[in-house]
Amino acid sequence: MKITLSTSDYLRNFERLISSLDFSEPDQLTIYSHPKWLNVHPAVLTLITALAIKVGKSHVKFADLTASSGSYLDRMGLFNYTAQQSPYKINKKEAAGRFIPIHIIKNSTEQSKFISDMIPLLHLPADKADAVKYTIGELIRNVLEHARAKEGAIVAAQYYKKSNTIRIGICDSGIGIRSSFLQFWPSHTDTDIDAIKWALTPGISGTTRKEGGTEENAGAGLFFIKSMAKVARNYFMIYSGTGIYKLLLHDKRTERPRLQVNPNDDRHSERNDAPYFQGTLVAIDLSLDNNVEFTELLASIREVYSNAIRERKKRKYKQPKFI
Amino acid sequence: MKKATITIEKHTGSFAENKDKAKQLRIRHIIPALSEGKGVILDFAGVSGTTQSFIHALIAQPIRQFGDNALENLEYKNCSDIVKEVIKTVYEYMQESLNNEDET
Repeated sequence: MKITLSTSDYLRNFERLISSLDFSEPDQLTIYSHPKWLNVHPAVLTLITALAIKVGKSHVKFADLTASSGSYLDRMGLFNYTAQQSPYKINKKEAAGRFIPIHIIKNSTEQSKFISDMIPLLHLPADKADAVKYTIGELIRNVLEHARAKEGAIVAAQYYKKSNTIRIGICDSGIGIRSSFLQFWPSHTDTDIDAIKWALTPGISGTTRKEGGTEENAGAGLFFIKSMAKVARNYFMIYSGTGIYKLLLHDKRTERPRLQVNPNDDRHSERNDAPYFQGTLVAIDLSLDNNVEFTELLASIREVYSNAIRERKKRKYKQPKFI
Repeated sequence: MKKATITIEKHTGSFAENKDKAKQLRIRHIIPALSEGKGVILDFAGVSGTTQSFIHALIAQPIRQFGDNALENLEYKNCSDIVKEVIKTVYEYMQESLNNEDET
């Protein structure tokens, strides 16, 4: 397998990173990189970690890692998943910005500990912390419940001062979204991108055919996260199998982006011809600048979510037989 | 009528997201109390926020199982605005889906 890191591997131009992926030769992973400068979204690091775990430390190799900013890979803990030593010398004790290095979470106890430990690392103000906890909590929970990933959820995050944004990546090497929806929703899972969009639809859970979910799952998690990204005018992306769905930035002239029930109605890009990734990668940028209170946002999402269920219910009403 | 009080923070810490804990509370405390016709007070003192999946795991089944009795007998105390919004969300869609089940 091969991946090439560039000077700007953020969600805006994630297609470049995807085009560099080569999953042939699945027993080894070679990471190529720009010789002078590297900028990577934490989601890229979680993807590399998932691939590195799959092939095993001794089969992971960095080719030509010469960029001085490559020390970021070390700081985020990527070299813990390779046998190759880091060429960088960093003082890990020094205060070095607001980030959560790569973590692996295997159960709900580890999840709770991670969520309580991460906020001090990001130095978030209290009024912003809950939205970040909410997002990471729901995404990790999705992996633990649905992905059947032996190695658990791989998580990393970084605060970017210039954009005042937290960028988060969560990856697993589990069964992928399509397989987790196949049992109950075969007609909506012809392709990976179909399955991803179905998973984003409110009230649809991979654990039941019943709309509104079971006692354990409502089928609301991903819809809520996508909606939070949309209102905050941020990127949100899911990559699973050969499918990629990316919510694009919303026009800033619109006062408040309208939440959509159908992911096809959101301004987005999609493809179903990406190199096949066995697992799921979710990436989100959360802006801390937006003035929408988290409670206000939850209220808007509730309205759209409940309307969606009501509308679907209406579609099942029997019609009078006019003869 | 005697009411059982469950202090959520004792089980979850200040951010209630652990669905396994929600499930435990539901099975061990909420459903038995509602089965006996008792009221249940869920006290969120010290909990700043929660997730939809936590609240769903806590109260969706009781609402589905006991219907109006659950809606009448469950009370929520010391909720932050975020906790209130999430509970309101689960109430709304559960009642929508209850009606749905009645009709299908």
